[in-house]
Amino acid sequence: MKKLVVLGAGLAGTMAVNRLRPHLDSDDWDIVIVDQDETHIYQPGLLFIPFGMYRPDDVIRRRREFIPPGVQMITAPIEAVDTDAQKVLVNGHTLEYDYLIVATGTSPRPEQTPGLLGDAWRDTVHDFYTLEGATALADRLDRWDGGRIVVDVMELPFKCPVAPLEFVFLTDWWLQERGMRDRAEVIYATPLSGAFTKPVSSRRLGHLLDEKKIGLEADFYTERVDTEKNVVVSYDEREIPYDLLVTIPVNMGADFVKNSGLGDELNHIVVDRRTFSPEGHPNVFAIGDAAELGTSKAGSVAHFASEVFTANFLRGIRGLPPLEEFDGHANCFIESGFGKAMLIDFNYTTEPLPGKFPLPGIGPFTLLEETEMNHWGKLMFRWTYWNVLLRGKDLPLPSRMLLAGKESS
Amino acid sequence: MTSTAVIAGHEVTIDDEGFITDPSVWTDDMAAALAKNVGIDELTPDHWTVIRHLREDFAAQGETPTLRRITSNIGIETKRLFELFPKKPGKKMAYIAGVPKPRGCI
Repeated sequence: MKKLVVLGAGLAGTMAVNRLRPHLDSDDWDIVIVDQDETHIYQPGLLFIPFGMYRPDDVIRRRREFIPPGVQMITAPIEAVDTDAQKVLVNGHTLEYDYLIVATGTSPRPEQTPGLLGDAWRDTVHDFYTLEGATALADRLDRWDGGRIVVDVMELPFKCPVAPLEFVFLTDWWLQERGMRDRAEVIYATPLSGAFTKPVSSRRLGHLLDEKKIGLEADFYTERVDTEKNVVVSYDEREIPYDLLVTIPVNMGADFVKNSGLGDELNHIVVDRRTFSPEGHPNVFAIGDAAELGTSKAGSVAHFASEVFTANFLRGIRGLPPLEEFDGHANCFIESGFGKAMLIDFNYTTEPLPGKFPLPGIGPFTLLEETEMNHWGKLMFRWTYWNVLLRGKDLPLPSRMLLAGKESS
Repeated sequence: MTSTAVIAGHEVTIDDEGFITDPSVWTDDMAAALAKNVGIDELTPDHWTVIRHLREDFAAQGETPTLRRITSNIGIETKRLFELFPKKPGKKMAYIAGVPKPRGCI
């Protein structure tokens, strides 16, 4: 009997077991999936919670609902992985494996930035990438009466790289809805050299921050937060004063990844773009945000990559070489407020370009432009996530990015 | 949008921000000339340690390393990187080392 152990029952891990179980004979293969808790959170929905557009109930389901028959689910903390002995330590018990898939994602680590986790945490200093953070921020904004809101990205890479930008756009919209825009300033601070860093996006979208009167503090690499003075301080000693600080904390993979020796400096696992294995560990795989693939950490990437991963995994266990290489395909809606959104579609070699998606020339979605249809696409995506993606079904979209329908600039 | 420039006697293609578009054409003698363009008059051994690491890590990973990755790989303090490459270390050291500037997805 072969044993496949999957660590993490988020999007990537759940998709993997749903895709693999039908292809692995249950007389020959045991599949076990482990997660530290029972709750599956629809992470793209966290963005909407601070603005009262979604409530916590809108983003929570039980992980077990999405785990197929024939897969054993264990809810317990993952303590250690020993790749030499091919064992995982889970809550004091040992699980042996022949094949191991790590899908434990990446998480905000506010403790990595001095000053962040003090008395001001979730009072004047917030995050929104966790359910607790998004909910606390909703409560804070409900009591908000104007001032200076600073949205600060602490480190690269972080998951869902467009979410902070969406957050500032929605903040601008929300302030206008509440009639407080003239009493508030919105500042976006990023360690990158701008809000948009790819040539075509910069040209086509660069005006958005000015139009929405959002201040930009670029090349801002945060060293610490001073909650006495209410300022964020960068390594080059710039200070940004805030009344409300919304942070995107340093993102790191699980601690057991670090201790197993599989991780990089942020506990992400650098993997091959065909096999999804780290070098020297052919029976270990990393998928989803836990993997370092040189592309965005996002659900759409996890989805497109899962098709390539599953096909190559099923070849690998039969002793066959991998076929296709993952092209880094990502596809993200970007909420821009006022019932509109933008859409981007790109991969390792092609930057986000304008055009129509998914049907060339028809759409219904428009790339790199604000439209109402894109906004509806984003809202409908939640249904797709629970009913199609997580269950390992294919979207009517190819996993590889297509140039058809895209314009050159 | 690219154009051609002569850097330390070598004709190379650069992008609209002056970054060398093909990392493989970069040579050691270009570094000093590029450094002067961003206000660094002299490249010390510490500068060179960082530049060499950027080149090696880019060759291995296909991606320009982040400041955190550099500090963790070669044991240099972030503050020191800001001293060596003032104000915009991420961008300046990539520019001098002839590798792409750090980018977001959009």
